[in-house]
Amino acid sequence: MDINMSTVMFFAFALLAVFPAFMVLFAKDIVRVAFWLLASLSGVAGLYIIMGADFLGLTQVLVYIGGILVLILFGIMMTSKDPLLKRARHVERSVVTGIVTGALVFAALAAVILGIGFESGKGRADGGATTTALGEALLTDYILPFEVVSVLLLFVLCGAAHVARRRKEGAHA
Amino acid sequence: MPEIGLNHFLIVSALLFSAGIGVVISRKNAIAVLCGVELILNAAALNFVAFNRYSTPDARLDGQIFTIFIIILAAAEAAVALAILLNLFQQTNTVDVDEADTMKE
Repeated sequence: MDINMSTVMFFAFALLAVFPAFMVLFAKDIVRVAFWLLASLSGVAGLYIIMGADFLGLTQVLVYIGGILVLILFGIMMTSKDPLLKRARHVERSVVTGIVTGALVFAALAAVILGIGFESGKGRADGGATTTALGEALLTDYILPFEVVSVLLLFVLCGAAHVARRRKEGAHA
Repeated sequence: MPEIGLNHFLIVSALLFSAGIGVVISRKNAIAVLCGVELILNAAALNFVAFNRYSTPDARLDGQIFTIFIIILAAAEAAVALAILLNLFQQTNTVDVDEADTMKE
């Protein structure tokens, strides 16, 4: 048995990332779309971890699955007219357009990637835990983007709360 | 079985990106469109991490830093987009992107 363990892990996580991504495209029920997205994001988190990006993998789980997915589910619940969230009766008209465009985009990307033939250098093969190095880099080389993004998050918080506020009675139905 | 290298991750990322493009184009529910945008952002972030892992000469982590910023921007984008969608739903009672063609009544 010369099957490498990391190869098996790669294909497992790649399948976990890619198959649900296509189910996001094909599933009819919007709640199922959200949960397929959850599976896909978990697969990407696994891919981060087998690439040695342990901090990013955990951040992916915390922020995407713990934060954004919950936000999306709240959005689904608050914008559904039908309390039972019934499935659509018919296949959406434009799904063929989406599939064709996606296939064309993938063909172009794969042609470019395989055409260039990036070489996998040794890279930072086994750097160990990355959290310390990431923290140091964020507070030295990347201190300006770090501060800018903090201000951005503050503005986003205020802006989102302002935009989503409830209108006064009778202003707009 | 070949050794897993940079190209494998790039192909996975391309698949995620194409699925995201397909979702953005074919979905009518604006929240599903948002899910497609998240897929696209994840594909970009996966590319950054893969290049950082396989072709950074020394032990630098610039690609992972960029991925952190991508995750932050995705969170901000999701918050603003959902706020706008709630506002849209209050005004028009739908989140169908084909019907949302007015900015103010």
